[in-house]
Amino acid sequence: MRRLVLILVPYLWLLCLFLIPFVIVMKISLSDVALSIPPYTPQLDLSAGWQGIRDFFAELDFENFAFLTTDDLYWKAYLSSLQIAAISTVLTLLVGFPIAYAMAQSPDEWRPTLMMLVILPFWTSFLIRVYSWMGILANEGVLNQVLLWLGIIDSPLQILNTKTAVYIGIVYTYLPFMILPIYAALERLDGSLLEAAEDLGCSRISAFWLVTVPLSKNGVIAGCFLVFIPAVGEFVIPSLLGGSKTLMIGKVLWEEFFSNRDWPVASAVAVILLLILVIPIVLFQRQEQKQREAEGT
Amino acid sequence: MKKTLITTTALIALGTAAAAEEVHVYNWSDYIDEELLTKFEEETGIDLVYDVFDSNELLETKMLAGGSGYDVVVPTGTFLQRQIAAGAFQKLDKSQLPNIENMWDVISERTEVYDPGSEYSVNYMWGTTGLGVNTAKVAEVLGEDAPVDSLSLIFDPANIEKLSECGVQVLDAPTEMIPAALTYAGWEDPDDHSQEALDKAEEVLSAIRPHVQKFHSSEYINALANGDICVAFGWSGDILQARDRAAEADNGVEVEYHIPKEGALMWFDQMAIPTDAPNPEAAHKFLNFIMDAQNMAAASNYVYYANGNKASQEFLAEDVIGDPAIYPDEETLDNLYTVTPFGPKEQRLLTRMWTRVKSGT
Repeated sequence: MRRLVLILVPYLWLLCLFLIPFVIVMKISLSDVALSIPPYTPQLDLSAGWQGIRDFFAELDFENFAFLTTDDLYWKAYLSSLQIAAISTVLTLLVGFPIAYAMAQSPDEWRPTLMMLVILPFWTSFLIRVYSWMGILANEGVLNQVLLWLGIIDSPLQILNTKTAVYIGIVYTYLPFMILPIYAALERLDGSLLEAAEDLGCSRISAFWLVTVPLSKNGVIAGCFLVFIPAVGEFVIPSLLGGSKTLMIGKVLWEEFFSNRDWPVASAVAVILLLILVIPIVLFQRQEQKQREAEGT
Repeated sequence: MKKTLITTTALIALGTAAAAEEVHVYNWSDYIDEELLTKFEEETGIDLVYDVFDSNELLETKMLAGGSGYDVVVPTGTFLQRQIAAGAFQKLDKSQLPNIENMWDVISERTEVYDPGSEYSVNYMWGTTGLGVNTAKVAEVLGEDAPVDSLSLIFDPANIEKLSECGVQVLDAPTEMIPAALTYAGWEDPDDHSQEALDKAEEVLSAIRPHVQKFHSSEYINALANGDICVAFGWSGDILQARDRAAEADNGVEVEYHIPKEGALMWFDQMAIPTDAPNPEAAHKFLNFIMDAQNMAAASNYVYYANGNKASQEFLAEDVIGDPAIYPDEETLDNLYTVTPFGPKEQRLLTRMWTRVKSGT
């Protein structure tokens, strides 16, 4: 009984927060656009009984998915989003790992304070923090003013409304999601392993690469997923900090939904985005599991 | 912030007096004198919950999804027309709107295209789409005789290329930019939805695209006021607000609004009541309250947009009614054009073209 409940809870969670919304989006992606409330047909008419359900399914088709292949905008936007997310994830890792490492190395009594400092920005609204980056990066903004005053540059740097600003925004926003899992992994690391490595003739640097890095691997992977997945679908940061040339799938989805009022095509874009993210992750985890089993035997 | 406060206060009020009547209004941001909201509550005893939006697309999506919970919404004419067709609004009960006699026929004649006979809506404010200019910076770049009242200021690649060093932003709204591009190109009908017209507009817009700093529909207010950009193509009242913010900040930035002499788009924001409004009776009371001559004048005096209320004109401040950028003279008024909505197929071509213009893809 206890076991059943334990298994049931995560499956219920998945059902309510993933499967049901997915089925709804999938259903809209198979519909046709219409000028009505809501703006698509067919609607499931349960009052017509079995016939209504059959008519409903007869009208669904994959037309909208076929449409996505007719225009190169969509795959260009998918690729561009994956690229921006990948570069941002690497940058976040490069910034986040040293911070997590320093936190794990610091004296015990400092750690709660350092942890607090990492979490503190969350107390301010995400939107306000992105807005303040606009103030920092603008042509007449703080950063350019300081650089001009120091004499490092002669004319303001154009950072806002470029891809650079998008990278800065994503790295800044998602940094805690990278730091926390890596810190958790590094904190659990047994110091005696490093001592043993050094006793056996490792330099401190090679001990770091041979012991610390492999043992923090799970934290790094978790951190990368937590940054990469939301960054692919990111809409707010590129639309506030990026220029109109920054092509991202979140923006394309917004335009299908709001400008074209084409909920079916917008849903098709969302379904494909989900598949692009979920399939590689599932494959990756299966690979990991196989490896673990191979090591276990 | 203030608006959140009002909403929150209203919510708290709801908690303490659950029986009190409520009306939910959804209007554009920065678009009313907030004292009017308090005045409405005092006069009628109805709790007013006031929320704001900043794009027609957002409002339309809520309307088409249904069950928005709003009693009064304010779409622009072209959007209103499509939403009426989708069955989103209910017919107004004119017997509950005695103040409707205050409305100005010049405006209601023009809104006929969107809502024949004003059956579903009444005008709130109207304005034009034109040029916001930082006079000093533009003179510095283009010389004293810069064509600040002509579309060639931004649509002539030679001009905008020079202006790009001080910054140019235009609206991220193809339905505003395409008619302007067509007008500049001398196209006969700026409201032409044909493929040829779209191709022509794309040609004009693509030529200036490399020199546009950003396509955005609200950031230019602050950017103009702070001196981050020197030219914006945007909505009249927004540019006039930028002018006032710059004057208040006393930062040496001077902003002017010009209606392009080649002709400009005239748009209308219309108040309407959703089909599924929870409290249509209170919604009618709110419309009637806003159509009161003095209340409407107070709103216009505050936001610097012209309204469609004839009776309110005697209460308007001199810098509103006397400003030809807000209330254009007869000659300019004749030169203004209106546009109609795009059909679903046309809309897809339009959005796709707009993405191509903006991103080069």
